Order: sequence, then C-alpha cells, then structure tokens
Amino acid sequence: MRTIRIGSGAGYSGDRIEPAVELAEKGDIQYLVFECLGERTVALAQQARMKDPEAGYDPLLEERMRAVLPVCGPKGIKIITNMGAANPLAAARKTAAIARSMGLSSLKVAAVVGDDVLDACKQSNLPIMEFDGSISQLGNRLLSANAYLGAGPIADALGGGADIVITGRASDPALFLAPIIHAFGWPMDDWNLLGKGIVAGHLLECAGQVTGGYFADPSYKDIPDLARLGFPIGEVGEDGSLVITKVEGSGGAVTAQTCKEQLLYEVHDPVRYIQPDVTADFSKVTIEEIGRDCVRISGGRGSERPATLKVSVGYVDSFIGEGQISYAGPGALARGRLALDIVRERLKLTGVAASELRFDLIGVDSLHGAQVSAGANEPYEVRVRVAGRTENLREAVRIGNEVETLYTNGPAGGGGAFKSARDVVAVASVLLPRELAKPHVQFVGGA
Amino acid sequence: MKLREIAHSRTGDKGNISNISVIAYDERHYPLLLAQVTSARVKAHFAGVVEGEVVRYELPNIFALNFVMDRALGGGVTRSLALDAHGKSLSSALLDLEIDAVPDKL
Repeated sequence: MRTIRIGSGAGYSGDRIEPAVELAEKGDIQYLVFECLGERTVALAQQARMKDPEAGYDPLLEERMRAVLPVCGPKGIKIITNMGAANPLAAARKTAAIARSMGLSSLKVAAVVGDDVLDACKQSNLPIMEFDGSISQLGNRLLSANAYLGAGPIADALGGGADIVITGRASDPALFLAPIIHAFGWPMDDWNLLGKGIVAGHLLECAGQVTGGYFADPSYKDIPDLARLGFPIGEVGEDGSLVITKVEGSGGAVTAQTCKEQLLYEVHDPVRYIQPDVTADFSKVTIEEIGRDCVRISGGRGSERPATLKVSVGYVDSFIGEGQISYAGPGALARGRLALDIVRERLKLTGVAASELRFDLIGVDSLHGAQVSAGANEPYEVRVRVAGRTENLREAVRIGNEVETLYTNGPAGGGGAFKSARDVVAVASVLLPRELAKPHVQFVGGA
Repeated sequence: MKLREIAHSRTGDKGNISNISVIAYDERHYPLLLAQVTSARVKAHFAGVVEGEVVRYELPNIFALNFVMDRALGGGVTRSLALDAHGKSLSSALLDLEIDAVPDKL
C-alpha cells in the first residue's frame, strides 16, 4: 500500500523554527506543513495590508523559508502553509524571491486566493453567530471577512506542480488533507476517507501539542527533553490508515495519552467536527501504541460536508486599558486587596468610562476568579491587575494610570508597576453559502 | 481523591466557548468519570467563570469525556479582559474536582 509522510513544522505563528528543519533533514517526509494563522491574525494582517499593499503576510515567513528551503528544495519536500494571511499572493512572490536568492529558482510557488469574502459578506448581511446582530451593524468597524477554505485548491496547486503552496485563511486540517488527496487521488465525496484525513490533519495541526507539548505535569505526566521537542510526522496510507510519530532522538514523546488529548482539542460534538470538506466523526476513533513514539490511529469517519463555509469576521471591538503592580512579604495579600479597593474607588471618583472592569490578584485569583480560588494559602507575593474595556484610547489610558499612581498614593511597598492601553480587533463568525467563495490558484515566479 | 489521580485533561477554545477533555488513564476508571464528572458538577465547579450551559459528550472509544462550556471565556478569546484569555489553565482547575473513591481500592 502506498503511504506518505507529512511533517508538521509549526503550530502557531510564533512557533519554534528548528524542529521544522529537523523534520526536513531527518524525518523522511515528502510534505512539510506550517500552520501559522490564528483566529484574529488575518484581521490584523489586513490592517497591515491597508497601509502597504505588499504587506499582510506572516512576519516570520522569510525566516522560516530561509531555514527550510535549502533542505526541502534539493530533497523535493513540498511545503504547504497558511502564512499568506491577508496577502497570499505577496507572500508567494516574496517566497519565490527568497528561493531565487538561495539558488533555488526552479521551485514553483503557488498562492491560493479567494478566501477574502468581505464584499460577499457585506452584500448578504449575514447574521453573526456569537452575538445578536448582523454584519451591517458593524458598519465601518468591519475590517475583514475570510472564509475557511477546504483542501481542494491546495490539492489543485500540488497537482499543477507547485513545490510551495501558500494560502490565506484555510481550515487548519485542510492544509494536511490536501497533500493526502493529491497523493492518493481521493474523491472529494468519499466522506469516510475524508474524515480519516481530517483526523490526521487535526492531530498534526498544532505541531508540538501531539508530541508532548502542552501536556507535561511533573510526576503525573512526565515528558523528556521539552527544550528540544520534536514535531510530529503523520504516516498516512492510501486507505486512510494513520501512524503518528516523530524524528528518532528528538525531545518529547508520542503516546496514546498525547494523541487522545489532541484528538479532543478545540472539538465540540465529536460526532460532528465540521470542516469545509467533510463533517468528520471522531466517535469511533481508536488509539493504540505500536512502538516507542509510534501511535496508530484508526476508525475516523465522516458524513457530508456542510452547505456553508465558516467565515472569520474581524472588527474593531473596543479598547483595553490595564495596569499592574506587585506587593510582597507579610501582609502582601491585604495590601494587594487594599490596592484594588483604592483603584476601584478612583475609577469611580474620576469618572473613567469603562463598560467592563476586572480586578485580579495574580498569584491568588486572576485565572479562575475568587470563587474557584477560595481557600488557597496566602502567597509570599501578589500582583495587582486591573483591566477595563473602554470606547476610546484616552479612557483606556486612565485605567493604567490609576494603578501606576499607587506608587506614591497607595499601600506600602508597591513595586514594578506596568501599564498599557491598546485597541482590540476581535473576531466573530458568520456562515456563508459556499458558492459565494471562489477560491483559485495563482502561480508566481519560479522557472 | 482528586480527579487528577485518575484522569488527564486539556482545554481548547473557540470564540467564547471552552472545551475541556477528561481522559481516564486507565479504562477501568471510565465508569467513575461517567458517574461522577457530570455536567452539573462541572458547571458548579466553575462558578464565577462559566456563565453558560455545560454540555458533556461521552467517548467510550478512548475512555474520555468532553465538556463544552458556553460563555466561558470573558466574551471571547479575542476580546477578553482576562489574563488567560484562552482559558488554557482551566483544565488544571477541573482536575482538582473531588472524586468519591478510595485510591488504594482502584
């Protein structure tokens, strides 16, 4: 039976770079995928593109490409990535230029475009899933609308001979499903096969999260050598069989436990994991260790794909102002609480216009709130944190100021104050009839 | 006994929804999870954090439960005022849940 090996070279935009080089050098892989596009990243990248038409792609594109191209080029390892963000075409042109500058001018680079569905969304005025309202109500706060594209156009680009495929918004598992479809010629309506491919993509898409990252809990779940964490390899058969493994000698571990945690990561109903190409079903998946750092995954299934595509809508939501200051030693907790009381009263006295406020003691209750944290022991030090939502930057700045002035006006021994104020680009979702998105492939540069 | 003794867990986020998996280390303990780690208990455990409904999905194929908690992330990952906007740390809090069983007898 034919098999392919796909390496996962990044699980988010800022991820470590050298594990991908290790995969290319020692992983015996034919495909290397970089998943680098967070929910909000396209909206931020769209803002950058509005200022500069050649900007709007991932800031680490050049560093990653320069690291892996000298290995992937000569070996013929195909690269697939969503580092195109808001401007896949510019990212493809940049990548082709990098390849040329490294003496790899024969590499063919393709961009998948058409995920930008802002115009279609504006015309259709679709309802927003997260809150009551529709796209038109966002008015001029609307920044971007990008549809989660499926594997089809990426597989088309590979079929057209692309060595490097760069997308904007695409479903994360689709980046992995595409080379499987390309390699084995899977029909786009064989739901069970596509479901198995999505299981593979879902397990691989967060890179180190399936090889022991986001997992270790000393003496309960120990993982060796996290400083040299190896990224995963999926060995996929043409019947959809799957083994997850990693480069021998790299750090981390692939176990049934790491695979189970990742299988359910960001999943809601396991019978209906909705993807652009298929509705995947994880409810019959079985997981079996077949060797050291080798785990076999079986039983993925699927049913028909949805009629709509999920669209991430980026919009200017609000502003957030924040301030922090620390207290230590005997009575630290009482002084921290006094500091919060002072700031609470000051924000009222001076009339800061905040629609939402949050008062935390870091080290005590900042993560899970006062109720969940009740009964914990008194810490040696606490850090006061006040954050608030406002309609403009000027009001946001006033929140941090009221924490900073605790230096000379607050409890004894306050140190290490910090303040910030920023605008918040948030993301909401709408469902777009799939025929309104028109993705296509565009080749740039190369031979 | 704490849930931590028999299960491990991971948190994921989508918008204002958090999901937490609870996975038995040993399949023999899956019935304990089914009986004692209920949606109602999880909702009560996260008082002050989770404002919406908690739905439990059962995965006997991998001896795991998946809790989907609505309105759990301070208005959504991209706009939350919280220090841990993703709710990554919630799984560790859930493992603090008390399970009625004697460790030696398991």
